[in-house]
Amino acid sequence: MPKILRRISDTLWELSQSYREGMHVPARIYGTEKLIREMDDAVFEQIANVATLPGIVKHALCMPDGHSGYGFPIGGVAAMDVQEGGVISPGGIGFDINCGMRLVVTNLSYQEVKPHLQTLVDRLFKRVPSGVGSTGFVNISRREFRKVVEEGSRWCLQQGYGWSEDLELTEACGRIEGADSSLISEKAIDRGFNQIGTLGSGNHYLEVQVVRRENIMEEETARYLGIRIPDQVVVMFHCGSRGFGHQVATDYLMVFLKVMEKKYGIRIIDRELACAPFNSPEGKDYFAAMKCAINMSYANRQVILHRIREVFAEIFGRSAEDLGMHMVYDVAHNTARLEDHDVGGRKKNLLVHRKGATRAFGPGAEELPSRYREIGQPVIIGGSMETGSYLLLGVPGGAETFYSTAHGSGRTMSRTRARKLWSGKTIQHEMEERGIYVRSASWKGLAEEAGAAYKNIDEVIRATALAGISKPVVRFTPIGNIRG
Amino acid sequence: MPYEYLEEMAVADIAFHAWGRDVEEVFTSSVEATMNVMVEDLGSIRPVEMREVHLEQEGLDLLLFEFLQEFIYYKDSEKLMMLVDKISVIKNYDRFALKAVLKGERIDPQRHHTRADVKAVTLHRFHLVETDKGWDAMVILDI
Repeated sequence: MPKILRRISDTLWELSQSYREGMHVPARIYGTEKLIREMDDAVFEQIANVATLPGIVKHALCMPDGHSGYGFPIGGVAAMDVQEGGVISPGGIGFDINCGMRLVVTNLSYQEVKPHLQTLVDRLFKRVPSGVGSTGFVNISRREFRKVVEEGSRWCLQQGYGWSEDLELTEACGRIEGADSSLISEKAIDRGFNQIGTLGSGNHYLEVQVVRRENIMEEETARYLGIRIPDQVVVMFHCGSRGFGHQVATDYLMVFLKVMEKKYGIRIIDRELACAPFNSPEGKDYFAAMKCAINMSYANRQVILHRIREVFAEIFGRSAEDLGMHMVYDVAHNTARLEDHDVGGRKKNLLVHRKGATRAFGPGAEELPSRYREIGQPVIIGGSMETGSYLLLGVPGGAETFYSTAHGSGRTMSRTRARKLWSGKTIQHEMEERGIYVRSASWKGLAEEAGAAYKNIDEVIRATALAGISKPVVRFTPIGNIRG
Repeated sequence: MPYEYLEEMAVADIAFHAWGRDVEEVFTSSVEATMNVMVEDLGSIRPVEMREVHLEQEGLDLLLFEFLQEFIYYKDSEKLMMLVDKISVIKNYDRFALKAVLKGERIDPQRHHTRADVKAVTLHRFHLVETDKGWDAMVILDI
């Protein structure tokens, strides 16, 4: 960590504006001292770079699970004043637009699932395709796919891939307004139109988890959120907008590189921070194109949920309704959204970039579904496949982070080193001995995702709670895992 | 092997350093480094399908950036794992023009041991430079 890093509290650290020439605001990093010491040096450089972007207000922020990325660090949050020349940057969202998490409960206990666990995981592995070059079961034309990216989860419901309550329980009701598919390249369509219902690879996964009694931190709230029986089994999954979103981000990165300096006079430190004023033709186009990728991702997770419900119904011989397979929530952690926030006592319309950071609205936020408006927004944070994951809630204190919190446990070790250190087969064997049945499309990929390559998820969650930006409700333990 | 993966340059993504005696060679080794992230044994990719690529850019580095993207495109759009068969890069007034023939085949999980999907080529710390011995590239791939 840089010597100049100033400790503001036990969980908040600051790089002042003088750290680097051109910073418009200070950079603030959340985390306990242990987490801050574990962060690679590039995190501090990258978040300082973010602070140089035009129109950024208050602070460039990094969440406790932060690690270095490209352009923004992972865990980076930046809010731009769009009335004051604030920019939009694909590097502040990530190539995997609307990569996010979805959580669904069941009314099955671990004891009921255990005898079927292997069959269940094997079947899910088969029915939810993952890995390099996988295609989904939804067979549609390129033209129909353009509808999907404008309609999001709503399209899925029309096809029978979901329940109407699923929409209400998805951020933005599973369809963000203003998506315009005329701004999408044919290349992006080609890359995505047959990938609906696929997980992808890398850190994307689908996990069967159990809630142990000792891991319920707020019993009444947990009950309200659907955690009601001892050793209850839930399903959590993590994926995004697949090749479609990756291409949309790449296309506009190229557009911004051409106009940024020549047309708008914006100079940046890292080309991956390429940007354009939000209120420019290029900025507006990207925003509307990015929304298509947001919708594709909601649709992707909606179709995957449909497959999960089908598989559970087949294995347990009861309908998904009868198995109580209700969604808790679906939340994005790679987006930019226009939101109203308080800046110096005044309400301002800001473009909030969250790259590897989860929106976490506190109680009372208008955008929340009515059933969560009083308690705050559910936040789903996935840990490594070997440790555990969390359900949290947004809190009023989140105002200081534009209502944002962590998104995962965050890596501490590179993929290249992890694959040298471990073998996927050994990891699978060790996990099985600990009661976690894992299937992967790739042995090397499995080794890269070893739990020891990640920060301690409990420490990350503790940091968000101590910092007062979100509060944990339930911790989940993995029992079955599928990854690409 | 004219490329190596860098342990310390990226955490969640994969960084590589590739080199070659000339521009064509560094482009080819960068492609191999990119494809080797997705498929463990490049020798398992048979030259069954053929595609042609024509690109033009002002800068050589952005030309490489765009060229690598083509392979990611074929991987998703046609499920093709491609490698460079022939390549030439020439300077055309103030622009660089690339012509290449790619050969490969559809992904077959039975024969191709896959690893991690490459989502995109990033421009973070991306560089392509001429050295005493030829050309050097550094690329970070989003995983």
